[in-house]
Amino acid sequence: MDELINDFIAETREMLQALSGAIVAWEAHPGDAARLDEIFRFVHTVKGNCGFFDLPRLAQLSHAAEGALAEVRAGTRAADTHLVNAVLAVIDRIGELVQALETGESIASEDDEQLIAALSPDAAAPAPAQEMGPAQEPEQRKSLRSIRLSVDLLDRMMSGVSDAVLARNELARRLRDAPPDVEVEAAFERVSQCIAEIRDSITRTRMQRIDSLFAGLPRMVRDLAAELGRQVRLEADGGDVELDREMIEMIRDPLTHIVRNAIDHGIERPEERAKAGKPAAGTLKVSARQAGNQILIEVADDGRGIDGEALVRKAKAAGLVTGEQAERMTGAQRNALVFMPGLSTAGEVTAISGRGVGMDVVRANIERIGGVVDLDSRASQGVKLCIRVPLTLTIIPALTVSAGGQVFAIPRSAIDEILRVGGDAVSFDQVGEARIATVRGRRMPMLTLCELLGLAPVASEGERRVILMRPAGGDAYALNVAAVHDHEELVVKPAAPAVMAAGLYAGTTLADDGSPILLLDPSGVAKVAGLGSEENDRAALLAPAATAEAARETSLLLFRTLDGARRAVPVALVERIEDVPAASIQRSAGRLRVVLGEAILPLAGVEAAPEEGKLRILRLTDGAAALAYGFAEVIDIRAVALDVQPASAPGEVSGVALIDGEQVEMLDPYWLFSAHGEAAPDRGVQPVCALPEGDPWMENMLRPMLEGLGYRIVAAREGVEADVVIQSAESEPTETKAGQVLRIRSHPDGEGDDSIYRYDRAGLLSALAQRAKGGANG
Amino acid sequence: MAELLLIARLAGRRVAFPASAVEAVVELEGLTPVPRAAAHVAGLSALRSRVLTVIDGSASLEFGGSSALREAIVVPSDGHTYAILVEEVEDVVEPSAPAQPVKAPLGPGWDRVASAMIEAEGELYLLIDPHALIAGPAAHAA
Repeated sequence: MDELINDFIAETREMLQALSGAIVAWEAHPGDAARLDEIFRFVHTVKGNCGFFDLPRLAQLSHAAEGALAEVRAGTRAADTHLVNAVLAVIDRIGELVQALETGESIASEDDEQLIAALSPDAAAPAPAQEMGPAQEPEQRKSLRSIRLSVDLLDRMMSGVSDAVLARNELARRLRDAPPDVEVEAAFERVSQCIAEIRDSITRTRMQRIDSLFAGLPRMVRDLAAELGRQVRLEADGGDVELDREMIEMIRDPLTHIVRNAIDHGIERPEERAKAGKPAAGTLKVSARQAGNQILIEVADDGRGIDGEALVRKAKAAGLVTGEQAERMTGAQRNALVFMPGLSTAGEVTAISGRGVGMDVVRANIERIGGVVDLDSRASQGVKLCIRVPLTLTIIPALTVSAGGQVFAIPRSAIDEILRVGGDAVSFDQVGEARIATVRGRRMPMLTLCELLGLAPVASEGERRVILMRPAGGDAYALNVAAVHDHEELVVKPAAPAVMAAGLYAGTTLADDGSPILLLDPSGVAKVAGLGSEENDRAALLAPAATAEAARETSLLLFRTLDGARRAVPVALVERIEDVPAASIQRSAGRLRVVLGEAILPLAGVEAAPEEGKLRILRLTDGAAALAYGFAEVIDIRAVALDVQPASAPGEVSGVALIDGEQVEMLDPYWLFSAHGEAAPDRGVQPVCALPEGDPWMENMLRPMLEGLGYRIVAAREGVEADVVIQSAESEPTETKAGQVLRIRSHPDGEGDDSIYRYDRAGLLSALAQRAKGGANG
Repeated sequence: MAELLLIARLAGRRVAFPASAVEAVVELEGLTPVPRAAAHVAGLSALRSRVLTVIDGSASLEFGGSSALREAIVVPSDGHTYAILVEEVEDVVEPSAPAQPVKAPLGPGWDRVASAMIEAEGELYLLIDPHALIAGPAAHAA
């Protein structure tokens, strides 16, 4: 809240500064409507903000001024000198109050009434005292808590910190090679931590609340609605989501356009809406939220939806699709025609939209910054557009691949799928000099990266892969590479002009070993390879435009386990894929563990440590804990809408799904992390176990074990609420709820009763689980 | 004081670079080629976590590439950092007189990257503009 107040103070002060000219001009020419509007907007904004912050004095003042000015605007009252003076006095007072708010001092409120009274048309001569206000302004301004910086300076800081991170990485490498020195390492750790903190805070300085993007919407919506004769209710949500400043600027125009479109084409006139049984006022919802390292901005209206048929007719008329293609299109593909250049469903061209330049530009602009636009339209229910953009421009998720013995990076945003050459999913045909890949009935040109780059293929490289690329603003194509290595978050720097001139690269980055890597530009690659857009299947291009169906698709990593089973895990959980030497895998503290860098991770998916060689592992993470999962090979990365048949019993595999006609077992990350993860147990659903006091064995042996199992321990007393009550078999049983007591005896032999020998671990565990369950149900 | 000169051997000639334009002299470790880039771009290399764009000085003069070179002078130019491969870096000297225009034709290649000669320690050197070397032959044609 403090932050918001500060924003409000800064904003109001800025507005006041900007307004000072207008005030003077208005004073000179009270009839100047433009100045009047400016001042009106100011008091109106202040009024709105005050309501939000519960600042009654400011609200009262601004409300009074707004009322008086509204009368002038409506022409029912003339702007005479008297009124001008009164309004200016109020504005001055607003300035004083805002400053007082900041410094924490108080200003006497008695003459607020006087100022407000002076605004009324029949007020007597203005009270002379108020003119003294500004003159008495105390000079003891508290030092400002915010300053303005140029974005340029922030950029320089950011790139400086990026350099520091890279330099740190290099130092880390050197340290690993050098003989270990505890003191040096400790110092290095400190430096690392400092750099991480600085990077974090500088990243935050570049962040801006998306509010600044939403702030202009109410006004725009109001104006547009008035102009077009619509009634629109705007709901903005998620304004506190933060986004890189640069991103905000990049999104501003597309968002504006989408909102305009929604009002112009989406939301019907009130009479139409009434006919359709909808409320007269349409609703436009604009919301933002963060999901991982992406920001989702959704614009949803409850208008008539996109007329897919009309789009198809127009597209056919414009020669953009053939009749046959149109026949084959699904509803989603038809709607996606909205993104085709030169199409608009607007019956007439209006000043607002419908000029046929629009959604295609919107999509191109979003994709240029590595974002995606999803469209979901339902006839007469409305359109939902979802923009997904990365948090920042400088760090991008990428896939490293090799070709001709050299490593390249490809931005993840342009990658649809990774396929194995020789698998069933993909086949190749030679057509003239061109090669065409067919993937599940979809045909697309195939490029071979090393040929395109003029590199000689290296025979020893790994298994060949085909990457399905969907570059921003271009057609899909398949890219044949020698091997796929890893998913990484790369700090990307622009490349020198001489390198960019090749037209193939988007930038450079440094690999972990310090060698430079070129980041390929997916659309540049297509262009250099001579892939024009006109000879390609437009329907295929439009197909990936995500719909509601696609929104439910999960990106899965398909892999083969060590015993040959096909399994899949959501890509989002995979932090990276690594090869670890057998020596770093050991059975320790009761389970297999693997050393990865500085960390010891539990290892699943493997029965025993391999004798020698290397083991390939998935490093899975749930955000907090991490674990390793051994496997044989990656098959593919696929986005699929899942239809999972659940497994018969909980375990490593949660169920089985049909992918490409084969059964694929879905890894159950939840089970994996609960069984192998070493995170603290969830305190929220802790079962409670009551232990008798004063028994050393229970206190020292049983208690730690129970706590390890996630139980909360309480002392067993009269009336204690617990899921399980532990008692010693040697003591007298006490009155408790049935099925809740677990009696433990200290001798192995003791037939005949329901007690359990204290070192019968399995028996204890199952009895505990049974009782905990019973207790929870009872 | 006159500007210091860095004397290096480039394409078999001893030439002078203005020392103020040179950030460092380095021995390159590893070179990542940039496929399909202009001929005078030898590749990328890393210097203290920075990416250097490596320019083959000889190729920039269109005298053919010289792949075995490792010694380079580091030149920041227009926001990027370049390393210009030379055969050998010899010395840093103080010129004994201001640079003078060369009145004779310098010959192809050289005329794109230099226009003046400068005297130091009794010898005349061609004064090379490193930025012209970086730009390469294509930029001149355009």
